[in-house]
Amino acid sequence: MPGKLKVKIVAGRHLPVMDRASDLTDAFVEVKFGNTTFKTDVYLKSLNPQWNSEWFKFEVDDEDLQDEPLQITVLDHDTYSANDAIGKVYIDIDPLLYSEAATVISGWFPIYDTIHGIRGEINVVVKVDLFNDLNRFRQSSCGVKFFCTTSIPKCYRAVIIHGFVEELVVNEDPEYQWIDRIRTPRASNEARQRLISLMSGELQRKIGLKVLEMRGNAVVGYLQCFDLEGESGLVVRAIGTACTLDKLSSPAAFLPACNSPSKEMKEIPFNEDPNPNTHSSGPSTPLKNQTYSFSPSKSYSRQSSSSDTDLSLTPKTGMGSGSAGKEGGPFKALLRQQTQSALEQREFPFFTLTAFPPGFLVHVGGVVSARSVKLLDRIHNPDEPETRDAWWAEIRQEIKSHAKALGCHAVVGYSESTSICEEVCILSASGTAAVLNPRFLQDGTVEGCLEQRLEENLPAGCGFCHIPYDELNMPFPAHLTYCNNCRKQKVPDVLFTTIDLPVDATVIGKGCLIQARLCRLKKKAQAEANATAISNLLPFMEYEVHTQLMNKLKLKAMNALFGLRIQITVGENMLMGLASATGVYLAALPTPGGIQIAGKTPNDGSYEQHISHMQKKINDTIAKNKELYEINPPEISEEIIGSPIPEPRQRSRLLRSQSESSDEVTELDLSHGKKDAFVLEIDDTDAMEDVHSLLTDVPPPSGFYSCNTEIMPGINNWTSEIQMFTSVRVIRLSSLNLTNQALNKNFNDLCENLLKSLYFKLRSMIPCCLCHVNFTVSLPEDELIQVTVTAVAITFDKNQALQTTKTHAEKLLQRASTDNEELLQFPLELCSDSLPSHPFPPAKATSVDYSSFADRCSSWIELIKLKAQTIRRGSIKTTVTVEKASPMGEGNFRNRSAPPCANSTVGVVKMTPLSFIPGAKITKYLGIINMFFIRETTSLREEGGVSGFLHAFIAEVFAMVRAHVAALGGNAVVSYIMKQCVFMENPNKNQAQCLINVSGDAVVFVRESELEVVSTPQPAASCQPSCTGGEVTT
Amino acid sequence: MTSELDIFVGNTTLIDEDVYRLWLDGYSVSDAVALRVRSGILEQTGATAAVLQSDTMDHYRTFHMLERLLHAPPKLLHQLIFQIPPSRQALLIERYYAFDEAFVREVLGKKLSKGTKKDLDDISTKTGITLKSCRRQFDNFKRVFKVVEEMRGSLVDNIQQHFLLSDRLARDYAAIVFFANNRFETGKKKLQYLSFGDFAFCAELMIQNWTLGAVGEAPTDPDSQVDDMDMDLDKEFLQDLKELKVLVADKDLLDLHKSLVCTALRGKLGVFSEMEANFKNLSRGLVNVAAKLTHNKDVRDLFVDLVEKTPLQTPGPRKWLPRAPTVGVSLKAGREYLPT
Repeated sequence: MPGKLKVKIVAGRHLPVMDRASDLTDAFVEVKFGNTTFKTDVYLKSLNPQWNSEWFKFEVDDEDLQDEPLQITVLDHDTYSANDAIGKVYIDIDPLLYSEAATVISGWFPIYDTIHGIRGEINVVVKVDLFNDLNRFRQSSCGVKFFCTTSIPKCYRAVIIHGFVEELVVNEDPEYQWIDRIRTPRASNEARQRLISLMSGELQRKIGLKVLEMRGNAVVGYLQCFDLEGESGLVVRAIGTACTLDKLSSPAAFLPACNSPSKEMKEIPFNEDPNPNTHSSGPSTPLKNQTYSFSPSKSYSRQSSSSDTDLSLTPKTGMGSGSAGKEGGPFKALLRQQTQSALEQREFPFFTLTAFPPGFLVHVGGVVSARSVKLLDRIHNPDEPETRDAWWAEIRQEIKSHAKALGCHAVVGYSESTSICEEVCILSASGTAAVLNPRFLQDGTVEGCLEQRLEENLPAGCGFCHIPYDELNMPFPAHLTYCNNCRKQKVPDVLFTTIDLPVDATVIGKGCLIQARLCRLKKKAQAEANATAISNLLPFMEYEVHTQLMNKLKLKAMNALFGLRIQITVGENMLMGLASATGVYLAALPTPGGIQIAGKTPNDGSYEQHISHMQKKINDTIAKNKELYEINPPEISEEIIGSPIPEPRQRSRLLRSQSESSDEVTELDLSHGKKDAFVLEIDDTDAMEDVHSLLTDVPPPSGFYSCNTEIMPGINNWTSEIQMFTSVRVIRLSSLNLTNQALNKNFNDLCENLLKSLYFKLRSMIPCCLCHVNFTVSLPEDELIQVTVTAVAITFDKNQALQTTKTHAEKLLQRASTDNEELLQFPLELCSDSLPSHPFPPAKATSVDYSSFADRCSSWIELIKLKAQTIRRGSIKTTVTVEKASPMGEGNFRNRSAPPCANSTVGVVKMTPLSFIPGAKITKYLGIINMFFIRETTSLREEGGVSGFLHAFIAEVFAMVRAHVAALGGNAVVSYIMKQCVFMENPNKNQAQCLINVSGDAVVFVRESELEVVSTPQPAASCQPSCTGGEVTT
Repeated sequence: MTSELDIFVGNTTLIDEDVYRLWLDGYSVSDAVALRVRSGILEQTGATAAVLQSDTMDHYRTFHMLERLLHAPPKLLHQLIFQIPPSRQALLIERYYAFDEAFVREVLGKKLSKGTKKDLDDISTKTGITLKSCRRQFDNFKRVFKVVEEMRGSLVDNIQQHFLLSDRLARDYAAIVFFANNRFETGKKKLQYLSFGDFAFCAELMIQNWTLGAVGEAPTDPDSQVDDMDMDLDKEFLQDLKELKVLVADKDLLDLHKSLVCTALRGKLGVFSEMEANFKNLSRGLVNVAAKLTHNKDVRDLFVDLVEKTPLQTPGPRKWLPRAPTVGVSLKAGREYLPT
């Protein structure tokens, strides 16, 4: 059904001088949508034209509305020759197509030219009238909401999480068409920008259709990528998680949902506690159950290789395990069956989410990943993307089977990526195998009360660590111990995951960014030989990256990695591996042992001495790190914690398989049998280097923390100052005959120096934490290494940060204290809960079995108690915060200067890669921002060389993102990500070109301080459903 | 391993005040790095020289990009490329337009032309201010001059409006523009003891009392006024000053004048007794200087003449001289002298 797009061109400002003679410009504007073009009048002789045009109306069907961007071109009128283009603005009108987002796009947009950059601004107003409201969402996918955020967006709750959606579209790259030989670089760049804009519109529409098919209404964790395959074309692909979301703030929507599954009503309050944090998903919802069980064990790399260690057993005191008396055996099985059936209908039970509603994640198995090397030229067929689909399907299948091997039915924190060099392409996929609670995966009617029972009984905080696989039939050798927390279930010694730290996880001390960096030289080769060479190298790289990660983790005295992302980049003559993750100490897992160094050549006195010297250094580092990250687990164990030297009983094993470009799929077993991962054998200079590199990683200066997850474990008291930044470095490797060691060192130095520079630059923000540190490596040319980092620095209140979270309850309320509104809810809820007339739930009179009901009640009471405690402490907490507020003058001052900036006409737009804004509440999502820009120059030197060129371009990209957000009526971009930054230079010709692709969610946020007044009635509203729910059920 | 490219772009543009100062002072990146190292920043932060180098380069690049906008400060406020909090914007502008006392004394009253610009090397050598900084300051003077030259209305207001400077700085610029426009000689050795502040004070009074703007008493008939009313001296007024000779020639008038002035200034002047004692000489000197102001050359030499040809210099010149012009004004207006 059609819609009417209305556009008005209001004015321009700061236009460039296009007429040298008069130093002025005769500007007019072309507005194009699809094949229709309108023009404004020429506004003579002005750099600040006031067109004040009529409304240009385009009548189009909504397929076009979704696919096409609105294209606005500003030109300089020239009577005698062709009109000169000043620049363009592309506006994605998608946010206007669904009701809850923006209703109008209106504001100043930078006029962008691919050769000259930003040249002035233009004020535009855009509106859309969609006809046929009733039927509005049926035929097309207008109305499906898209979110880049990889958790359930703040002001929504997930009714159902449907699962994986993917799509890809292929086209020829205009840059490689014959016509490119005769057209100008500008025309070529614009053709490319337009094509990509069209393709992503189409892709989004197609994904939307799939979501509608699944009866969802939104895509969360939407990740769209471009593969610039060169000659063979341009691939735009996207993955996401289809969900049915409900807007939280509208009580109307809230109530009915609660009523039918009445038994869930009573859970509302429970769910509130684990969840009221600022960072991770869960708007608390009535549909949620509690479960924090989790089982770690990591399996790593393709076929799932894994290396595990066992360390000295150090059970710690668990925190109150609640009524979790039961051994969950049978329940677990039942749960699994249910989940299985729920998930088996799906081709790929994958979820791009990294943070989940409470209760969603039951157990975590470990990281699963798969890679495959493909040759582009042979397979490509521009007309049908099937080959690409097949490639990805193959990889996903592999991931699925890895997950199965870990006893898991689902993969969470799933992502896909590619690395292309000439005609070779490495496709990678990775995620975290997990067992999920089926209740979110299907319509609310299906409820197994049994597993729910089980879940409620599990103590939060360690459940997710518990192994999902069968102890007797482990997919890989791992050393299991009883959970330090509940002592009931088995946990692995180390846990690797690609997800964010679950909200309720009990962490000791703080976390830190851990990176493994690796380079491997490779012979230059052609096509198939090249692909084979790469395939042969991959397993070794993965193994080494993994070993490095493990060693560094041990060195930090931590036992789990979150947000693990391993990037393998292929270049002409080398492969680079970069793994980033956030290390933490999970209280549930055993204390990690240290690292022991063993020499291969005994009998040599000085060598022995050297070894012992190294050993001492390592032990010192571990001790120092323990102190630095405040890792002091309670030592209430019968076992001895022991020296940092591990028991020599560990193994590491690596299993892998890979599919190659060539026909055969090999199954490699590279298991290093008895090799002990944590006894480092120094048998050659290589190993020496390794140990050195371990020790050269410098911790961040004091006052700084860093992590690549959403939030830093152990820091909960963010203040509101944030600074998002992108930093790019390119180094040229000096010599031609490089060795692996030299290469490694260069790469390592590059990353370390980059981090050091960041710490230095941001020193004024101390104490602060770099969150969501995202490194991307590319190899643009033979001897060039490019590293791009995007992250956000957030300040926090040091005094509060010193309090380490020791118990779950404490932790909960700390989080609660960060979210005032949530905090306010407690007392109200408690009142309603404790009303004597609030008989729980004969709720389910119909379908519930009463045996479990009793338990349920007890746990209910249990939780109320807990909550009461929470409130008490919570209130203390808040007073603390208030007191803090005054000495924190500087922070306040900075805030004040930010959003309500008085005299400047440009509103401040915050940008952050996180899904939240500290100290603020997101009140509205305005739509997805997905922008692609090309910038080219033929006067590189004049623009300040490569650095000047790229610096200006990135600043311009930020400016354009901010302008679009502001025009939508937003004041921030969350989940911002720079997905691509392809930089090419040709200094000899004085030329350079850069492509940047960014995305994020445009939002409106309100400062909590401003919200406080407003928020008081809100808890009442959310309390209401629980009351009514109770009444209904009785 | 060499760094080909090294950039840092924040959503909020980072401004390091110390580096900004070094940049404004015209230091090269390497000099700035050396100076920063000397400031002990490495020890404080534990950074390495390479980090400092990269940081400095980065800031310099940012400043370089901002410079274009700083040339027209309102643009800085409206541009979208750099997100800078308003307080920082103000700081950037204020510092960019700040100037060195030593430098301004060298160019005050000179024509802001290419010729003068060529002499900047010498000024740089003489004052020890880097050539780059001299150029920036000179270009600032010239830019402000060009923008407000043809404008109507209050000079200070115009400057403030178009360059968003603080009140104090805008006044200083008004003085600079006024001096440049009238080409008052200030460089003579005899005038060296006078500070920029002294001249600025004179300029302010002259703008208030000697210009076309002052004559028309602005608010009454704004339309009828000549364009650059605050910049040019009122020729008619200068012509009229010739009439003052009567104050010296006629003994009665001289006495009357003396008594009026003394009454007005009694107790308000530190050097009152000297003034009273020397009144005749003083008055003669002033009147002689004033009477000659019909020639452009003499106008330019106003300050030289005031110092050379009046006994102002002797007792407390710094306190006297600034008031000298006002004397003429009050006389012209036919009123008796009132201290300002």
